[in-house]
Amino acid sequence: MNADAAVVSLKGVRKEFDRGGVVALQDIDLDVQAGEFVSLIGPSGCGKSTLLRIVGDLIRPTAGDVVVNGKPAHQARLDRDYGIVFQDAVLFDWRTVEKNIGLPLELTGWSRQRRADRVHELIELVELSGFERNHPWQLSGGMQQRVAIARALSFEPALLLMDEPFGALDEMTRERMNLELLRIWDQTRSTVIFVTHSIAEAVFLSTRVVVMSPRPGRITGVVDVDLPQPRGVETREQPRFAELVRDVRRTLRRGGGFEADEAGEDELIVAEEGL
Amino acid sequence: MTTTLRRAGDWGPAAAVFVLGIVAWEAGTRLYIEEFLLPPLSSILETLRDDWGTIWSAGIFTFKEALGGFAIGSSAAVLMALALARWRPLGRAFMPYAIAANAIPIIAFAPITNNWFGILSPASKMAIAAVLVFFPVLVNTLRGLTSVRPAQIELMRSYAAGELEIFRRVRLPNALPYLFSGLKVATVLAMIGAIVGDYFGGSQDALGILIRRSAGIFDFKLAWAAIVVASILGMLFYAAVATIERLTMRWHPSARAD
Repeated sequence: MNADAAVVSLKGVRKEFDRGGVVALQDIDLDVQAGEFVSLIGPSGCGKSTLLRIVGDLIRPTAGDVVVNGKPAHQARLDRDYGIVFQDAVLFDWRTVEKNIGLPLELTGWSRQRRADRVHELIELVELSGFERNHPWQLSGGMQQRVAIARALSFEPALLLMDEPFGALDEMTRERMNLELLRIWDQTRSTVIFVTHSIAEAVFLSTRVVVMSPRPGRITGVVDVDLPQPRGVETREQPRFAELVRDVRRTLRRGGGFEADEAGEDELIVAEEGL
Repeated sequence: MTTTLRRAGDWGPAAAVFVLGIVAWEAGTRLYIEEFLLPPLSSILETLRDDWGTIWSAGIFTFKEALGGFAIGSSAAVLMALALARWRPLGRAFMPYAIAANAIPIIAFAPITNNWFGILSPASKMAIAAVLVFFPVLVNTLRGLTSVRPAQIELMRSYAAGELEIFRRVRLPNALPYLFSGLKVATVLAMIGAIVGDYFGGSQDALGILIRRSAGIFDFKLAWAAIVVASILGMLFYAAVATIERLTMRWHPSARAD
């Protein structure tokens, strides 16, 4: 791998939370190359969301180097090098759909006309035409999340950070959103780091799945997903998909001692080890 | 047609209670209740018609006292809330006292503000109304400014937004619904403050004085007529703030009815 092309490079990252000296993350080394779609998967408490926030400079690591787009994470945040999407859409109730999407552009100081053009493009990208003037509470959960994705993409960041963006959606909406995300990723060619606790979702979306374990949070394995691109509804029915799901599940079990059910649903049971 | 009927169905029970209440009042006062306890509604309305000029001008006088107190008290409270939200240590130092002060029966100070600002001056009534209004508006607004979801702050930080930007684009709009619920309570408190302030003496034109004097000379019809005017003004005051709230916050889920 060529280290120069890495959009994100983590070396020896460690995070302790002050109270009780809990080690949330330890010895994290990870490079993410341009154009990759990397999922972080693991049970609750493995520090995957913390790791995502460290990449975004929303949390400072206790030790280690975090380089984003070739510069320290702090500088990358100030340069608006990444867009972020949370589990909850985090829309502002007082703003319409188009104004929510345009918020980062307002902060960047884009002119009104340029902003309107860009927002129009994004609304078409996430298929929300006709809802420009609606307020967040008038939208379904899936639509709200599409607004959040459009907003994160608005300023064309090199990197997209997603923290369980579809975790609160029902299974059917989630699968549809997965397809849409792949379509958007295909069109925008951005680099994505995606936190999830659904094995099926991770395998379906990613080019690489990074498996994490709790106490302390660490990387216990990496599964390369060699499913052909572009992926679609039929991808989930391929034998290779099932194999990869099994690989990820085994890696999870080896690392942290928990199980997940066949459907890839997030029923992660922590074994005796921690009790 | 069906919507009209449904509307009628929604309002029907309330309208029925209103009519029944008036009938019970009128019948009760004519048949059983002495006039000094409660005069019949019809005679109150007659007094209201006959003495409208006096009562209404007294009402406006007291309403101005209430409005002045409301304006002074709530703007001071909003400024204070902005300062306490901006400089958190300041907030931590002051908030316990603000919350404690909320429990003080401030109306007890009314005779004292008369001493401070002059018994005949509307300023003494405005002062008591302002102090009454101050704490609920402060506590509500501050809660609105500080109860922002952490994810909203994280999102703004991910756009490299500074504290001032976050304040302007997240904290202020987030505080609006809280501010307005504080202001609505404040309209009622300001009217109470002004009228009770009047009770302890002041200009002959004031509503509180009119109520106290007419009750003192057993002119209960006039006292009740003045109370009706006080109620109407209080309701209009509340409704005005509620209307501004609706216009300002069309985005709010509570505005979905229209």
